[in-house]
Amino acid sequence: MTERSLAAPPRLLGTRLTRRIRSLGGLLASLALTFLGLLCITFLIGRIIPIDPALAIVGDRAPAHVYERVREELGLNLPLWQQFFIYVGQVLRGDFGTSVLTGRPVLEDIARVFPATLELATLGILIGVIFGVPMGVVAAVHRDRWPDQLVRVIGLVGYSVPIFWLGLVGLLVFYAKLGWVGGSGRLDFFHEGIAPSVTGMILIDAAIAGEWDVFRNALHHIVLPAALLGYFSLAYISRMTRSLMLEQLNQEYITTARVKGVSEARVIWVHALRNILVPLITVVALSYASLLEGSVLTETVFAWPGLGRYLTNALLAADMAAVLGATIVVGLVFVGVNLLSDLLYRLVDPRAR
Amino acid sequence: MLKTVFTSTALATALLLSPALQAATPSDALVQASRFDDIISLDPAEMYEISTFEVATNAYDKLVAYDLDDTSKIVPQLAESWEVSEDGKTFTFTLRDDVTFHSGNAFTAEDVVYTFARLAALDVGPSFLIHDLGITPDNHEDVLKAVNERTFEMTLSEAFAPSFVLNVLSGGNFSIVDSALLEEQAIEGDWGNGWLKNNTAGSGPFQLDQMVPNDRIIMSRFDDYWDGAAELGRLMWRHVEEPATQRLLLEQGDVDVARNLLADQLEPLRAEGTLQFVEATLGTQLYMGLNVSHEPLDDVRVRQALKYLVDYEGMVETFMRDAWIVNQTFLPQGMLGHVDSEPFSYDPERAKELLAEAGYEDGFSLSINVATNQERMDTAQAVQASFASAGIELEILPSDSRTALTTYRAREHDIYLGTWGIDYFDPNTNAVFVANEDNSPEAAANPLTWRNAWQEEELTERVKDLALERDEAARDEGYQALIEEWQEVSPFIMLFQQVAIAAVRPEVEGFRLAPTNDGNRHHRVSKD
Amino acid sequence: MSETLSTAGWRAWLLSERPQSALQARLGQAWLSWNAFQRNRLAMLGLALILLLVLVAAFAPWISPYEPNVQNLRLRLQPPGAAHWLGTDELGRDILSRIIHGARITLYIVTLVVVIAAPIGLLVGTVAGYFGGWVDAVLMRLTDIFLAFPRLILALAFVAALGPGIDNAVIAIAITAWPAYARVARAETLTLRRSDFIAAVRIQGAGAFRIIGRHIMPLCLPSVIVRVTLDMAGIILTAAGLGFLGLGAQPPAPEWGAMISTGRAYLLDQWWVATIPGLAICLVSLGFNLLGDGLRDLLDPKRRGG
Repeated sequence: MTERSLAAPPRLLGTRLTRRIRSLGGLLASLALTFLGLLCITFLIGRIIPIDPALAIVGDRAPAHVYERVREELGLNLPLWQQFFIYVGQVLRGDFGTSVLTGRPVLEDIARVFPATLELATLGILIGVIFGVPMGVVAAVHRDRWPDQLVRVIGLVGYSVPIFWLGLVGLLVFYAKLGWVGGSGRLDFFHEGIAPSVTGMILIDAAIAGEWDVFRNALHHIVLPAALLGYFSLAYISRMTRSLMLEQLNQEYITTARVKGVSEARVIWVHALRNILVPLITVVALSYASLLEGSVLTETVFAWPGLGRYLTNALLAADMAAVLGATIVVGLVFVGVNLLSDLLYRLVDPRAR
Repeated sequence: MLKTVFTSTALATALLLSPALQAATPSDALVQASRFDDIISLDPAEMYEISTFEVATNAYDKLVAYDLDDTSKIVPQLAESWEVSEDGKTFTFTLRDDVTFHSGNAFTAEDVVYTFARLAALDVGPSFLIHDLGITPDNHEDVLKAVNERTFEMTLSEAFAPSFVLNVLSGGNFSIVDSALLEEQAIEGDWGNGWLKNNTAGSGPFQLDQMVPNDRIIMSRFDDYWDGAAELGRLMWRHVEEPATQRLLLEQGDVDVARNLLADQLEPLRAEGTLQFVEATLGTQLYMGLNVSHEPLDDVRVRQALKYLVDYEGMVETFMRDAWIVNQTFLPQGMLGHVDSEPFSYDPERAKELLAEAGYEDGFSLSINVATNQERMDTAQAVQASFASAGIELEILPSDSRTALTTYRAREHDIYLGTWGIDYFDPNTNAVFVANEDNSPEAAANPLTWRNAWQEEELTERVKDLALERDEAARDEGYQALIEEWQEVSPFIMLFQQVAIAAVRPEVEGFRLAPTNDGNRHHRVSKD
Repeated sequence: MSETLSTAGWRAWLLSERPQSALQARLGQAWLSWNAFQRNRLAMLGLALILLLVLVAAFAPWISPYEPNVQNLRLRLQPPGAAHWLGTDELGRDILSRIIHGARITLYIVTLVVVIAAPIGLLVGTVAGYFGGWVDAVLMRLTDIFLAFPRLILALAFVAALGPGIDNAVIAIAITAWPAYARVARAETLTLRRSDFIAAVRIQGAGAFRIIGRHIMPLCLPSVIVRVTLDMAGIILTAAGLGFLGLGAQPPAPEWGAMISTGRAYLLDQWWVATIPGLAICLVSLGFNLLGDGLRDLLDPKRRGG
């Protein structure tokens, strides 16, 4: 999805604006509904998938009576709606069930895979912002001249390249041929397990433990996938920055500032940029959210043990407890980002109050 | 776009990183890249996924094991010796007295009783292995006896061939567990199953340190191992999905061994000449199952025609080379009863004749269910092309392996392309290709014959009798004769038998591969 | 000479300040737009790429040097050369021919997804925007649910449920594509709903669905079209992603994403097997993106004014 959602058009922002006018309570209620709907649809899909979850547990060679018993234990004989209510009830009591694929509690699995995604997404979005915002500003300032065209082409290419392909080519060039970066996975094997897991994010864990070899190794591994994700969010961020800046540069206060003799650099990088900050943060939050929900393809190519791959594997094995658990995380990210950008908006922009 | 990625990556590299570290694995550890995303439970009673057996065999001992040098022979492990009573039903094992479990508990006959009773009573997937010997949840208390600390006795319901019984006991599901430890961990009569899913309780040369699903497994040496402590301090496996990535890791020195390389990766490595290559012919076979409840597969001539429409040699010489060999029987090479009988080759003319005889000279269309895996998809496409030479249109239906299996077990396929691996080193393990006692939809057992809705009562009886044949030579001949008749009529196109190839870095010594993961112990591996 | 004259004549007619008919006015408008569009060199490049795709797809059987699915196991993994311009794959099939035939699959997917998803999105968005209230709330909650889920995973889930295959992939992608169009259509409808001319139509006694169908939908169409064009690259990438994960088009169909997927096993020694289909995907989706970008500039009132 990362690959796609970043291509969301500026227009999305407009509808978001109208939504903000609603009360916070209404927002909360609608987010809760969205969340429940998400679970419901996931549950349904999981049950339509033509895979027998009991089979994954007992194996291909189990006799029929063992198989039947496991089906009953899983509650697969009950009507769908009943299964769903039992599941929601369990979740409300904090019981997310056990994954069929890993044989472990789903919460434990998620606590393991989510930090991997969080680490990658955070570094990715940082790269996206650091390169994307200045590129967008430059493009707006030099509108329709070559810097603008260049930024535009870079951005459009970002929307056009299959990320899994670019990842493969990147691995081929930077790992296999040049040896500049680490291969797939988060660490080389023998660095594994040295820094005690505190946050689950290896860079931070290694820094806490003062294991700088591990830190460097982790950096070697994360830099390529993060750069890729960064590129794709850069494409979106630079284009949004450009159109937001263009709006500002036509405003009167900019002209006033120029007339008053404020330096051009200051006008652009301080006055105008400050005024697009709020919508820009929403833009960044949106791309961050889509990265956090797990990039299936990037994680597949780089054997990154993150949420996207976990969810995909679970889905393809009809491992419903795991699928629903991961869906809850995705839903929480969605709700969280929406809420956060809304609160921010209210805080900064007096018109929204 | 490459330019941007290039600049940003180059920049990040320049700013943040020193030149790449020269990779090397630690000198007291064996690091392997393999695929083990199939692992679900480490409990020996419950495990059936292929990768799990390699972990188990390093953590546990069994009463007996098959001989790596001659797989038709059984060698002692925790049992020093054994005797079979005259009526052929009672087996008495004399056990070693110098064995301790990882926990420090001493090994006794009670542990054997507990292990076998546990397998029978848990009634999980692999429990059928012991149920087939007549040991069930209801009778295990009477059948299994600890005569004294060093003597274990079991009485079976029938006089099975002794080779069959011992071969079954050499399987990983009969790994001896630490009964005292499991009793402590047991919750509500679960025989410690909940705990043992993610832990080990054995007496083997290594014990489990860490197991992260789909990521890594780390085991460390058990210093008090009865057969001498292992050479290396640690065993490590890293899950690496892609063969190409495994090759990269191996070349860069990030791993010592790569386990899943395909011919196209092996070739350039062989040319380089620095690595070692270790091979073993596995008990795993690739085959196609033809559902005889779907027309026109019910016609034996059509089934024979299809057997002539596969380019066996063409495939093993090209994309399947090295990793697969042709085997058209239902028994893997190296197993008792196997015979080199290869009646079929790619012969479109012969196939067309057979089809014409059956009244299908104009061809027909079929579909094939395949798991999305490179080798199987390539095979399916090659078969698609060769079937087309006799006017048969084959539609490929790829899916996740579990989906394909669900379809297969529901008898909804036309053709299923898949593998079958042996459970233990005895021909009876593959009777599933021959015997079908109940072909009704609600049958309790779903052997491969049932899944393809095929039943031949005479062959079923013969293969059942062979499990009871106590004369080994007669047993061998019996299977050989059976195979040749079976090849003509069966709904199975047996394609290839798998050859495992491990690419091993030069500093590793003593790395071996066995025909099943039950034999892949690494306590004799060392490094320069 | 006469030709220039007649061209000039046409232009004068098209640009007439006082068009004689609605048709003339509309054609004149189109001509102006085309002129503006033509000046955007990147957009023209995009258009050229798309035209190329369409032509290649249309004439695939005539221009491809080999049959796309004919195997020659003895000639597998040949590097690009005189006999096979872009080399052969792991089953000895000509990659150039597969790329050419793959264009048909790509075009098929894109067209079908758009045909299914755009009307649904347009309908849901306009209805929600026009009626407001609980209709709006329900429909928008529904679109939110779909938008909350990572799109590729959602498509994957539907394909897993429906079974792999090109048509199911199309359905799955369409299911994930419509909410974005619904959002766009709704936003447009909200601004139109209160406009004077809609009020005028309403006073004349037109029913709600007549208003939506006759008056609102046509006006929403341009922005939906722009959104769809910009989305096409995304559709191609999602389809390729599904193919890459083994859930898209079935073999032996030469779908580009699936070709990359098989090619990755050979990336180190036979780079062309995975690289060439990747480049094909890049070019085509870049084409759609450049075109969509140009169209957006054209239809964006802010830019038109400036």
